[in-house]
Amino acid sequence: MAIRVQLAAFQPGVELEALHAANAGIGAVVGFVGYVRDYNDGNAVAGMTLEHYPGMTEKALAGIVEQARARWPLLGVEIVHRVGQLQPGEPIVFVGTASGHRQAAFDACNFIMDYLKTRAPFWKREDTPEGPRWVDGRASDQAAAQRWE
Amino acid sequence: MIEVRYFARYREALGCDGESLPWTVELDCLDALRRRLLARGAAWQVLAETSLLCARNQELCSLAEPLRDGDEVAFFPPVTGG
Repeated sequence: MAIRVQLAAFQPGVELEALHAANAGIGAVVGFVGYVRDYNDGNAVAGMTLEHYPGMTEKALAGIVEQARARWPLLGVEIVHRVGQLQPGEPIVFVGTASGHRQAAFDACNFIMDYLKTRAPFWKREDTPEGPRWVDGRASDQAAAQRWE
Repeated sequence: MIEVRYFARYREALGCDGESLPWTVELDCLDALRRRLLARGAAWQVLAETSLLCARNQELCSLAEPLRDGDEVAFFPPVTGG
């Protein structure tokens, strides 16, 4: 179970392979990668800055992983989340889940992303032609998280 | 003392990322602290937003959460990671 919050870029493929390599009993690995887009809400996006709450971020992610492990029989979980300056096309987040069979891995990955998006203290600020702007929280993300309750 | 921290859009609007304040018995919950900060003036009205989130000792909580001497409190807008 690895959780990393880091300034440095990462390679999602490497993370996915490592998750499986850790345990030969793993029959299913699901990986989600979130990327910086070059547009949002009608504006071009030239880059992004991700702020977070050091200390709380790691605790919140660990708590989310703990909840996922209580719900599904997971053999591995990994979360990598970038902070600092990012360019369009770069991966922001990787969530990987491993289990004996696919359904637990799919569901746990979905659950972790829904909770991460609504409970982990990260904030995006986009650089647009009109200047920097903070990204607003989405009601659809709140609704997605509520379906697990 | 209590440590208060502000993040993202709130940090920018307030022009500071945090401060230490003396704890008093009147500050019995996070909302009491928030109301004291709102009384400082116009810039502080961002803390009146209904979408405001707060944390006590690095855990999300409601504004009704009790506040104790030595706590770390944070106010921030809805999170947008992932």
